[in-house]
Amino acid sequence: MNGAALKDATLCAAVAAVLFVPVVGLRTAPGPTGPLRIEPHFGIVAVLVGLVLLGRLAIIAWQARRRPTAAETPRRVARVMARSGRYVAPALLALAVLLPFLPGTGRYELDLGILVLTYVMLGWGLNIVVGLAGLLDLGYVAFYAVGAYAYALLAQEFGLSFWVCLPLSGLIAGMWGVLLGFPVLRLRGDYLAIVTLGFGEIIRIVLLNWTNLTNGPNGIGGIPRPSFFGLPFSSGGEPGSFAHFFGIEPSPVQRVIFLYYLILALALLTNWVSIRLRRQPLGRAWEALREDEIAARALGINVRNTKLTAFALGATFGGFAGAFFATRQGFISPESFTFSESAIILAIVVLGGLGSQLGIAISALVMIGGFELFRGLDEWRMLVFGMAMVVIMVVKPRGLVGDRTPTIALGTRKAIGGGLVGQGQG
Amino acid sequence: MAYALQQLVNGISLGMIYGLIAVGYTMVYGIVGMINFAHGDVFMVGAFVSLVGLLLLAGGIDGPAAILLVLVFAMGITAMYGLAVERIAYKPLRGSFRLAPLISAIGMSIVLQNYVQLAQGAREKPIDAIVTGSLTIFTGDAGFVVAVSWIQILIVITTLIVLAGFTVLVTRTPLGRAMRAVEQDRKMAGLLGVDTNRTISLAFLIGAALAAVAGFLFLLRYGVINFFIGFTAGVKAFTAAVLGGIGSLPGAVLGGLLIGLIETFWSAYFSIQYKDVAAFAILILVLIFLPTGLLGRQEVEKV
Repeated sequence: MNGAALKDATLCAAVAAVLFVPVVGLRTAPGPTGPLRIEPHFGIVAVLVGLVLLGRLAIIAWQARRRPTAAETPRRVARVMARSGRYVAPALLALAVLLPFLPGTGRYELDLGILVLTYVMLGWGLNIVVGLAGLLDLGYVAFYAVGAYAYALLAQEFGLSFWVCLPLSGLIAGMWGVLLGFPVLRLRGDYLAIVTLGFGEIIRIVLLNWTNLTNGPNGIGGIPRPSFFGLPFSSGGEPGSFAHFFGIEPSPVQRVIFLYYLILALALLTNWVSIRLRRQPLGRAWEALREDEIAARALGINVRNTKLTAFALGATFGGFAGAFFATRQGFISPESFTFSESAIILAIVVLGGLGSQLGIAISALVMIGGFELFRGLDEWRMLVFGMAMVVIMVVKPRGLVGDRTPTIALGTRKAIGGGLVGQGQG
Repeated sequence: MAYALQQLVNGISLGMIYGLIAVGYTMVYGIVGMINFAHGDVFMVGAFVSLVGLLLLAGGIDGPAAILLVLVFAMGITAMYGLAVERIAYKPLRGSFRLAPLISAIGMSIVLQNYVQLAQGAREKPIDAIVTGSLTIFTGDAGFVVAVSWIQILIVITTLIVLAGFTVLVTRTPLGRAMRAVEQDRKMAGLLGVDTNRTISLAFLIGAALAAVAGFLFLLRYGVINFFIGFTAGVKAFTAAVLGGIGSLPGAVLGGLLIGLIETFWSAYFSIQYKDVAAFAILILVLIFLPTGLLGRQEVEKV
């Protein structure tokens, strides 16, 4: 700890004091007579400034220790990662499959598992658009919403069963994906980002205001629950129900376990389709498009169809996830489909490492699971969530799993660093 | 006719606020090539700092002196926020790949929103109108009065003065020259002795100061703020920047005015619920037919 570090940290603390005093130190609150007045809270400011001072010193110390070995670490870490990486995916899969039967798994753990898997599926779905085709989509939640509303309305208005509605809502969401895809074919980069964001907002505003169809801000309730291939889950265990058919005690956990395996199967389907498609001409065309659109066009790839299929497939999986969300919640409203949802899904994809299936699963687990850990500190957890996004990006801009397995390789498949993979121009 | 004229007046004053925020987006985009998603929330912080400033002065100084003092206070503090956001979330990612700063910006936006929510509370913050009264232009047929409120005049005058100062800064000063040089070619500007890091930081600082002006005017105009106003205003302002052609400073102001007018006229003549849909739909239409915005430069595709 030398003088320069101390000076740097003091400067930081001084800046922090200037930033915190007006916003944290002078809290505006309604006074006894009505109008707002200032309540001083300088104690908190002092604590925060102290934390900044110590934090800055810690960062300086950490950076000083890290620098000499900076060149060595990535290779060593990469080797360890590569060796252990082979076992991480099967281990996670085995854990996911066995979770309902592990001792200590209750209703809460299963619900959390369902939530995490929903985000894993959404992440894998968005990964087709952003990670493989390189099209930056900030309105992915629109397709999630379309799937959820399609399922809710089809199931309620026409009384169709879950297994009929699921493909239909995927299809409808996919069609919306093509509908969005057409106007944005010529757009690139950030123009694409803002149009997709606008599209997501338009869908949400329409859902909010088209009261005849969607019941507006009150949402749709009483959405039919899924049945086990025609056998309903009921607590009574009457003839024809799931418990009666298999001759077991009826229990509410059975439906949760079924929902858990349902979303696991849907997520794995998304994963399987993207892995398989990557090896086929379509998937290679996506990746070629991401690396260089002009070169891809010059090589005879039909850019329009390639982009549209990416949007359509991504949207279809979003729609499946939406249908699942609707049947699981039993209630949906436009509240669930705000921009921050899109941002969280995109964050999961980018934080996990674009295009890395395993990375996305891990980052969904870390972000959503970690988010749940802070449940008690309700207002703080979004703050921590945002900070985590910034910190992970600053420390590992390529995401948690930065290495890719090449889609095609001559001889052995060596992992390639994320730095060699193009990001796409949109 | 009189009704339309009144909407025109309202639309222009709203558009000026969007334009001020849009300039911050477009300037950062032009120089660093990233969407500063936290900019809308910097605007929100600016509005809150203005609120604190007004309450601090309440009972002491009032009149034009108070307004000017609070404005300078808000610009100063918010500029520091803009600078801090840049140092923490964007500077370490300079030269990194394209999506990293975007995600870190979204993270920063979440942080700022929740930080203000925790520090100042989630409730709406109302204040009494400080600038009251209006100027009647004429009384139209059927007794409909077309009036410009003093606050609208204040918004237009303040915005014009700030933007004039900003234009002088960009076109006439060494800093403005450095900014334009960094925008055209960062590496070359660095080789020619421009301190690119400092220039980029200053761009964030100036953008945040302009957002603070917008936040202050927003507080005076609407009299009520909460921690969430940054998102909607930010998205609209970014839409304005894209509409005008991102990277173009006059385009940002033009786009802001257009978005303000579209929103006001749509609310007045069609439906108020769908006003955001109108703004986004027009953006999509413009981008389909004019993919680089109204005043944007045509980009040359390179292999």
